[in-house]
Amino acid sequence: MSSIDTQHSIVDEVIPDQKQRFSIADYSGPAIVFALFIGSWYLLSGVILPPHKRFLLPTPHEVINEGFLVWRTGESRGFQPILMSLWDSAKVAIMGLVITIVVGMALAVIMSMSRWLERATWPYLVAVQSAPVLALTPLIRALIDGAQKQRVLVVVLIAVFPIVSNTLFGLLSAEKSQHELFTLQGASRWTRLIKLQFPAALPNIFVGLRISAGLAVIGAVVGDFYFRQGGVVGIGAQIDVYRNRLWGAELITAIIMASVLGLVVFLFFGWLSRAAIGKWHITTRGQ
Amino acid sequence: MFEMQTGANMSNNSGQTLLDFSSVSMTFPDGTRALDNVSLSVNAGEFVTVVGPSGCGKSTLLRIASNLESNTGGTCSVDRDSIGYVFQDATLMPWRTVQKNVELIAELHGLSKTDRKEKAAEAIDLVGLRGFEDKYPRQLSGGMRMRASLARSLVMKPKVFLFDEPFGALDEITRERLNDEVLQLFQREGFAGMFITHSITEAVYMSTKVLVMSARPGRIVASFDIPFEYPRNHDLRYEPAFAEMCGEISHALRGAHQ
Repeated sequence: MSSIDTQHSIVDEVIPDQKQRFSIADYSGPAIVFALFIGSWYLLSGVILPPHKRFLLPTPHEVINEGFLVWRTGESRGFQPILMSLWDSAKVAIMGLVITIVVGMALAVIMSMSRWLERATWPYLVAVQSAPVLALTPLIRALIDGAQKQRVLVVVLIAVFPIVSNTLFGLLSAEKSQHELFTLQGASRWTRLIKLQFPAALPNIFVGLRISAGLAVIGAVVGDFYFRQGGVVGIGAQIDVYRNRLWGAELITAIIMASVLGLVVFLFFGWLSRAAIGKWHITTRGQ
Repeated sequence: MFEMQTGANMSNNSGQTLLDFSSVSMTFPDGTRALDNVSLSVNAGEFVTVVGPSGCGKSTLLRIASNLESNTGGTCSVDRDSIGYVFQDATLMPWRTVQKNVELIAELHGLSKTDRKEKAAEAIDLVGLRGFEDKYPRQLSGGMRMRASLARSLVMKPKVFLFDEPFGALDEITRERLNDEVLQLFQREGFAGMFITHSITEAVYMSTKVLVMSARPGRIVASFDIPFEYPRNHDLRYEPAFAEMCGEISHALRGAHQ
């Protein structure tokens, strides 16, 4: 078979992949901000706070010495109990996030099916998004038994909105001509959803995932405050204990570790997003 | 090579009417009259181009032929299973590689994996995209995207190809090159073509017949048989007879504007 003789002439039309270049500049930003942060911290706890209030905010090296470098003492102080609590909260966050993703995406798919359903559902989603979870605690307690389940529900309530809104936006983002291409082939609604709308929605879904994942961690920590039972408690409950006992170093350590958990989750989904759609999705930034 | 008056290389169905509009009218729900009593037919071996001012309803003709819109008057008969449709933009799926994009229509028609792979490879060859199978659309130029789009429709070997201003967004050099490629495919594959454009040169260069449409509501106001033999060479564009043809059509088009 012969083919149109264009090979030689179109090779130069291929748009080259942009090489990712890493330089010191990529790290200098975060490094400078970190230095400023530590500096302000010393300033605050060592200079600005009056001496009798300094126990509220120990200096960075005190936090490291007493919070991070002590593994465990008799009265359950030290880094190990913090890690245990963190893991407990992480489990709640992950469980809640999985449910959030399933429920949120299912809801978005249903909403994408008809304008009527979309309109019917939106106000209640916004209501869930803005309802103070604190106010709902008695209701949650009355409806569900078990601190674990109650905490997971708090995570879902706090994290579900970005998944729904971003997935829905993505599902509705396919171009008209792309839809028409599917129409011309007599594609079913299901085929259209799987082969067109869902892949088209992926960039938005990953944006939603990243936001929801961060919120899931916050939800787990918040849930800890209100729903706890014996045994290992979540990092939120642990923070509350440290606050009551005025264990400043542990308190700060626990807060830092909760943030680290959020950061890890955020980075993981960023990585997942690049791995899944980085090959074809282009992000642009004005010069 | 071959001696052909037109692009048809399948003598068994030469002349057969593949697409027929009979007194087709189209009024949109908002009352806009897009088409008024349009009759035209595209036979096997023909390449019919409709030129007309923007917004005159030329694209609506193709949308009716492919059942994307339903005409409000008259009849349009066509075998809808044997239509290939090339959109104004390439309409590739950015998440699919060239190979997977070309397979898409075959995939939606339920062809087996090996079958569609083989057919896609053949079509990719035909449009000169071999070696680019694993590229994503964002890595391709506009012309290459259009080639991938053509290949995607070629896979199902349509009898009628509908082109909705496919090269309007391309630069002139790429556009002329793609004109030649479509003509080569037209001759080799033996499909009938219906082409929409507002470039008179493109219309004359490509077609066996050029139809001129008036401004809204669109009516066919003139029809020109283009006598030049295939295969056409790009130098044809600079021949006096070609210029004369373009002049006549331009004249008819001006008349249609008033």
